[in-house]
Formats: sequence, C-alpha cells, structure tokens
Amino acid sequence: MSMNTQGRPSAPADGTASAAPETFTGNKALMIEEPLLFEIGHVDNCGVDVPDAPDIGSRLGGLERSEPAGLPGLSEPEAMRHYVRLSQKNYAIDLGIYPLGSCTMKHNPRLNEKMARLPGFADVHPLQPQSSVPGALELIDTLAGWLKEMTGMAAVAMSPKAGAHGELCGMMAIKAALEARGEARSTVLVPASAHGTNPATAALLGYGVKEIPARDDGTVDPQAVADLLDDTVAGIMLTNPNTCGLFERDVIAIADAVHKAGAYFYCDGANFNAIVGKARPGDLGIDAMHINLHKTFSTPHGGGGPGAGPVVFSQALAPFAPLPEVVGEGDDLRLAEHRADLPQSFGRLTAFHGQMGMFVRALAYMMAHGSDGLRRASEDAVLNANYVRAGLSDLMSLPFGDRVCMHEVLFDDAFLKDTGVTTLDFAKAMIDEGYHPMTMYFPLVVHGAMLIEPTESESKASLDLFIATLRDLAIDARAGKTDRFSGAPYHSPRRRLDETRAARQPRLVWTPAEPVKEAAE
Amino acid sequence: MRYHPLTDADRAAMLAKIGVSDIDALFADIPEAARLTEPLDLPTSRSELEVERAMSALAAKNTSAASVPFFVGAGAYRHHVPASVDHLIQRSEFLTAYTPYQPEIAQGTLQPLFEFQTQVARLTGMEVANASMYDGSTGCAEAVLMAQRLTRRSRAVLSGSLHPHYRDVVETVSRLAGDEVVALPADLAGAEDVAAHIDETVACVVVQTPGVFGNLTDLRPIAEAAHAAGALLIAVFTEVMSLGLIEPPGAMGADIVVGEGQSIGNGLNYGGPYVGLFATRQKYLRQMPGRLCGETVDADGRRGYTLTLSTREQHIRRDKATSNICTNSGLCCLAFTIHMSLLGDLGLTRLAKLNHANAVLLADGLASVPGVEVINETFFNEFAIRVPGNAADVIEALAQKGVLGGVPFSRLDPQAGLDDVILVASTEINTDTDRAAYVSALTEVLA
Repeated sequence: MSMNTQGRPSAPADGTASAAPETFTGNKALMIEEPLLFEIGHVDNCGVDVPDAPDIGSRLGGLERSEPAGLPGLSEPEAMRHYVRLSQKNYAIDLGIYPLGSCTMKHNPRLNEKMARLPGFADVHPLQPQSSVPGALELIDTLAGWLKEMTGMAAVAMSPKAGAHGELCGMMAIKAALEARGEARSTVLVPASAHGTNPATAALLGYGVKEIPARDDGTVDPQAVADLLDDTVAGIMLTNPNTCGLFERDVIAIADAVHKAGAYFYCDGANFNAIVGKARPGDLGIDAMHINLHKTFSTPHGGGGPGAGPVVFSQALAPFAPLPEVVGEGDDLRLAEHRADLPQSFGRLTAFHGQMGMFVRALAYMMAHGSDGLRRASEDAVLNANYVRAGLSDLMSLPFGDRVCMHEVLFDDAFLKDTGVTTLDFAKAMIDEGYHPMTMYFPLVVHGAMLIEPTESESKASLDLFIATLRDLAIDARAGKTDRFSGAPYHSPRRRLDETRAARQPRLVWTPAEPVKEAAE
Repeated sequence: MRYHPLTDADRAAMLAKIGVSDIDALFADIPEAARLTEPLDLPTSRSELEVERAMSALAAKNTSAASVPFFVGAGAYRHHVPASVDHLIQRSEFLTAYTPYQPEIAQGTLQPLFEFQTQVARLTGMEVANASMYDGSTGCAEAVLMAQRLTRRSRAVLSGSLHPHYRDVVETVSRLAGDEVVALPADLAGAEDVAAHIDETVACVVVQTPGVFGNLTDLRPIAEAAHAAGALLIAVFTEVMSLGLIEPPGAMGADIVVGEGQSIGNGLNYGGPYVGLFATRQKYLRQMPGRLCGETVDADGRRGYTLTLSTREQHIRRDKATSNICTNSGLCCLAFTIHMSLLGDLGLTRLAKLNHANAVLLADGLASVPGVEVINETFFNEFAIRVPGNAADVIEALAQKGVLGGVPFSRLDPQAGLDDVILVASTEINTDTDRAAYVSALTEVLA
C-alpha cells in the first residue's frame, strides 16, 4: 500500500474486498434512506416565521377548528435535506435519455423557467382588472397566433389544463356543434392503438366507443373507417402520427370519409412534435386537435404535471370553443368571459383562463427556436428515432417491418420469444444500466410493446451508447442470461415494488404505527 | 440552435446509417399535397438574450400584485411562498421527471405524493386523498361525476355559495354528459336553505365554505339532510388556508371534499397552473378519479411507494375509467407539500390567524367609508361589500389610483343582479399601509 509521509493511505490496498458489507444506516454513500415527513417532523416545529396576529376578535361564527389537523412541521434546513435526499432517488431528463415513447421527454430550457417567474407573469391575478394586464393578454394572443400558424387552423382554445382536458374540450365542441345542427349522434370511432384517454373522454360525454382495428402495417385503413361510419357517428379520434410511431398516410381520405358522413375529425396531437414545420393539421382535414405544451413545446413534466392542452379548431368548430377567450386585435385585446360575448360557446371548462405559467414557457421555447429551429427539432427527433431503429433492427423485432418511422420507434417482444425474459424484465434491466426504460406495453396493438422516443435532445454519442447497451441486453437475453433480467433492477434506490400488495391492501395515507404493547410480567 | 446537439456531420452520418439520402425521405408518408415546402410564417430563431428582452417587455406591461396594495381573491390568493419552496421544485430531479411509471427510479416523486395525500386527508378531515386534480374547479366537476356514479342518480344541487366559475364548469360537464344540475341563486347573505332542495332524486349537494361571498357555513345539518335522502355532500373551498382555522368539512360530515390548493406553495400565475385537492371516505376509494400513490414493499422487503389502483384509470380501463384525467398537477403538489411541511400545524394556524385578523381589520376599515356596507357576519380572509353604484366601475377607478381592490361579483356572474357587490380578500401580505391606502382611495372614488 502506498502512503504519504503522514502515513495516510493514498491508493487502495491490493486485494480490497469487493463485496460491499451492509451499512449500519442502510444508506449507501450518497444514496441516503429518507423517512417520511410524518416520522421526522413534529407538530411543534416550524420552518416559517409568522408574526403574531393582532388580537381583534373572531368572525368565524363559532366554526373554529375543534382539534389541530396533525400536520408535522420541519425547520428550513430539515426540509431542505428531506426533499433534496428524496430528489436524488429520481431519474430525470437532466440525467440522461428518457426514451418514453409518446411522452416526449425533451430538454427543458431553463430560460423558460426564468421567464415564467417574471413578476409580470407569475405575480398577476386572473381576476385583476383587464386594464392592468395588457401584457398577459398579448402573450396569450401571441402564443395563440403561433399555434394557429403552425397548425393551419382557424382558432385555438387556450384554457384546457392538460392533454386529456384538451380532448374533452375538443369533443365537447363537436358535441355542441352537432347539437346546434339538431343532431344527437351516439358513437365515436377510436383506433385500437389510441391512448386510453381517447375512449375515456368519449365515454365521459356519453358516447359509445367503436374500435377501429389496426391494419397489418400499424395504420388505419380508410375502408375500415368507412365501414363503421353512418349517421350515428359523431366523430373519429385519431392520433397522428399514431402511437406506433407511424404517420397515417391515408389521413386525408379518412378525413374526407368522416366529413362526408357529417361527422368531425378529432386529432390527438400528442405526437405533433414529429411534424411541426413539416405538415399542418389544417391541411389534413382535422377539425380539432389538442397540443400538449408539455410535450411538443418543452414545458417540464414535473413528475406528472402540470400540463397544458390548448385545442386548435377548424372554422366549423371555432364558434363552439370554450369561455373565456382573448378577442380583439393589436392594442385592443380583451377577455371575452361570458356567454353574451360568445353565444355559441359550449361553456366554461375551468375556473380561469388556462395554464399561463406553461404559456410563458412554451412561447419562450417557440421564440428561441423560430420557424427554422422548430422544423429542425422535428427533423432531428425523427432522425434520432430512425437512427435507433437502424441500430437495433437486426436484434430486436419491429412488428410492422423495417420501415421508416416518425419520432418514435415501436418494437415488440418477438425477439424475446422463448428466452424467459419479458418486456418488463428487459425494461428493468435498462434501469441497472442507468437508463429510464421506454414506454412498455403500449400501444396495445402489438405484443409486449416497447416504444422508444429519443427526441431531438440526444446527441449522436448519447444514442450510440444507448443503442450499444440495448444490443448488449438483447444479446444476453437471447443467450439465456436471464439473471440480468429476472431480478432487475439491482442497483436502483428501490428494487421491483410489489404492486399487487399496493392494490390489494391500499395504504394511501400515513398512519402512526400501532403503539407497542408493554409486555406483561 | 443551442438546444440541438446534432451537428451537420452527425446528421449526414446518421442518414447514411439509416440508408436514406436526405431528411425528407423520413417524412415520405406525409401525403405530398400536405407537405410544407415553405418555412412557417413565423420569426426565425433568437438568442437567449433576445427572447428575454421580448418577454420582459411583455411582462412589464402588467401590474404585478407585489407592486400595489392588493386585495384580489375570489378563487386565487396571494400569499408569501418561502424561497426554499421554489428552489426545491426547480431541482432537475423533480422538474424534469415524468409521471412515476417506473417506481424503482421515481421514489423522489412518489414519496412526496404519499406525503401530499396524507397532508390533504388530515387537513380536510377525510380518510383518503388523491394525488391532485388540475385545479379546484375541475376537481369539483369530477366530484359531482363521482357522486353520480356512487348514488346512480343524476341530479346535482349546487348551493348559491359556490363560486360561479365552479358552477359553470360543473354545468358544462353535466350538460354535455347528460346529467341534471340545479343551481341555486347567488347567496349573498349566507341565508340559503339548501337542505330544502334535497330529495331522493338528488345525487349530491355541493356547498362551498368559506363561500364565494366569504360566509362560513356549518355543514352538519346539510350533511344530515343529504344522508337522510341517500345523497352525498360535496364540500368545496377555494381558500385552503382557511382550513388552518375553521372546522374541516370531514369533521362536519362531508362525503367528498374538493378545493383549490394554490394558496399553499403556488403563486397566482394569472390563473394557472394550480393544484386541485380531492379527498373522500375510504369506502368510496374505488370510485375516485385521478392518480393514487400507495405504500408497498420492494423485492428486498424495503418500504417503497408506487402508483396504485390504476384499474380505475383511463390507460387500463379506457372507456370504463372513472375519469379521463392523466397528467395532473405533480409539481404544484410538490410545492404544496414542501410549503406545508415548512408550516406544519403551528405555522398554518399562525398564518391563518394572521389572514383572518387582517381581513377583520380591513372589513372594519372599509365599513367606515361612507356608503359602503360590509355584508358578512362570518368570514375567513375574504368578504363582500356593497358599494353605491357599479362595482366594476369602482374597481376600475381604484385601479387607476393604484389599488387593486377586489373582484366585482358581476365579473363572475353578470346574471346575478349583484352589480354593486365587490369581493375583497386580505391575506398576510397586506400591511397597515395597504389597508389605509385602500380606505382612502375608496373614500375618494365614492366621494
């Protein structure tokens, strides 16, 4: 062993033990086990200094709390440690590729965070006088203008709070338009490959859902749509590019058939990020489409929201858009908030006017990219997905053949047949390699689906290592080295969670452990 | 472009590997007639400095709440959020994570969700809470749908205490979903007898306390009447801070409690993003909308958390799901949880007392202005005043004098015939100077 003059070892000793012994704390160096807030906090502790309230009597009418809520507090340093330690148990796009197909985990520019925190956006109230917020109205109007130009659509509803809320908004406009024609249609057509939100949205509005089977090549057959269309069909909900990562090449024929039957074409715009600057939904015959600002336009997913789901409308549906809406032009913008302003509107979808904080971030992203950068983002996203496809097509299985894909590439589990390794195992083994897995078991139209969306944020070097890793995993799986998969992940903050137990014995809130009974003498 | 790592050399090499000659070959499935050949009619890319300049110019046109005496509420409230909250939620591991579908590498999102659910359940006096809704208003509409599923009845009675926006959202969803809504007239005086409208056809009665006019309601007799008729009581709040001081709806018999959680941890943001709170009884768990985080163990027997009971949700149940909700308000719940962890019972109670005291001081101050009548006998941090003349004109005149004095009720509900009513909120942010400025500006405006 080499040492310095104070006798301090300066290099590891030969024959250093390789197996890690258990630690006293359960911690593993930087990975620190963290109890629940309720186990470390105390109701007498507090991390906020609040001045004494003047004693001037109560106007609570005798409805004072009879007992405290039982919420523990933490001092500021304790709170910082608690949440920083917890944060270190998360994967994040800032750590590495996050290839969740259909979820679009792209880089979140920090400029956008900074802009959203400008007091003129972050610290304005939705109900302060309109004369005191001209910049907010201008921002919404500007963003709406960009969205309309990118999609070639006539109008945009800004208030939907997320993609699924946007779907609801779009389908409500369709229902209102049909009612205005005096028609009560009963059915909505949804392809088998659709996101679950599509049939759930249609059902919420009382529609029966008819499933359109997928064609052998993963796209929708216009003849299959035509066969289902009649005067009971309110509309179709189609994702394009679809969840198999393919552009619906017969989309115009589908739109024509839908319109001929007097129905409307709702497009799930979750995958709009593949075609910005390359094609416009308005040129494809679409009547309504939501845009996930948190996917295509990089507003952060934040561990599950907040999202924002503005909906663009064709001329036919524009009058039925929800309240409120920014109307007017130039310096004369105002909020139309009441039915008297927009008599055909289907009504109000949420309390205020949408996810302003997300609007600021999305517009900052758009302004930074410009028309050239937005097109380049789509091209790079599609290029990266095809590069992954080309790098893996000989080892993993492509359910619809080795053909060009859009921004995401779909594999199935045929390449794992008879290996004893499932899609789930394969995904969990990726975790040990330092990767977040791809989307698994979705779409439902292929067996053991693995949907990979690298996005334009990945460098070639990042993709090369990712591809090499997946190749190595695929080779091991096929070579019968199942240990690497069946127990995976081994190295993550937690190993596989018992989801059956979580569902069978639901524990959704913390309760104190039963007090230990004193042992009898 | 600074956000795109690929170089032209990379692109060429990658196209070669793919085996196509140019990028447009990858877009060949787009029908030729629909392919864009020209650039979009939009500005081209800009540097960070240029974007910042343009955005700052827009932001500067708005009057921010911190820059004036500020008394606007009616569903969104300005409170002080500790600096550590915003710092923590901007950590990459929270900000740039997706929905925790891979729990092994998402405990950092899941454990705070479990803490959030526990905090919301305790605060509302309920047994279970979900992992958030978009906001209070959409949560309210989901609560009505849930009550309709549970009771297999379709009629909802909405109290005149309910925020008109919440009422409108419930009406929009119910009308298009084919359910019936009975909305009682705006209840300025807090004197409505909502129990008289409950019968055996009613799925639920929706009551807000503190109500939109600020009045506090004892929910116990309403809960009793609802339960006697087999209906459910949905209790709503728009100011979660009130639960620091007043009896929670769960202790007064509510079956579902929904409300806006923005006041804890989240800024005004001109209307969003906010965070909807949703809590109910254990027995109704499986009809709840939204995501739920549950405790379990991992393969080594260590405690861990995972999304659970997803057989209620759209990605499994599709058209049979309890709701179409998918993305919720993850980062806003985290802000809520961190702020609430800093407050605890102690801080929350002190803060709520300060809010109430500030509102009482303001109400007494405004009552001294000639012509102004304070309507409420009870309130928390928001109350209604009646002014001579048109309230919207008064608010506009106050704004011209540099005071944002509240919300004219007619802006929320022009049909209510309450054109002379202003909703006024006061929180811990208001100082004696702010209150004096309001009183003197209002005196001048009404003179």
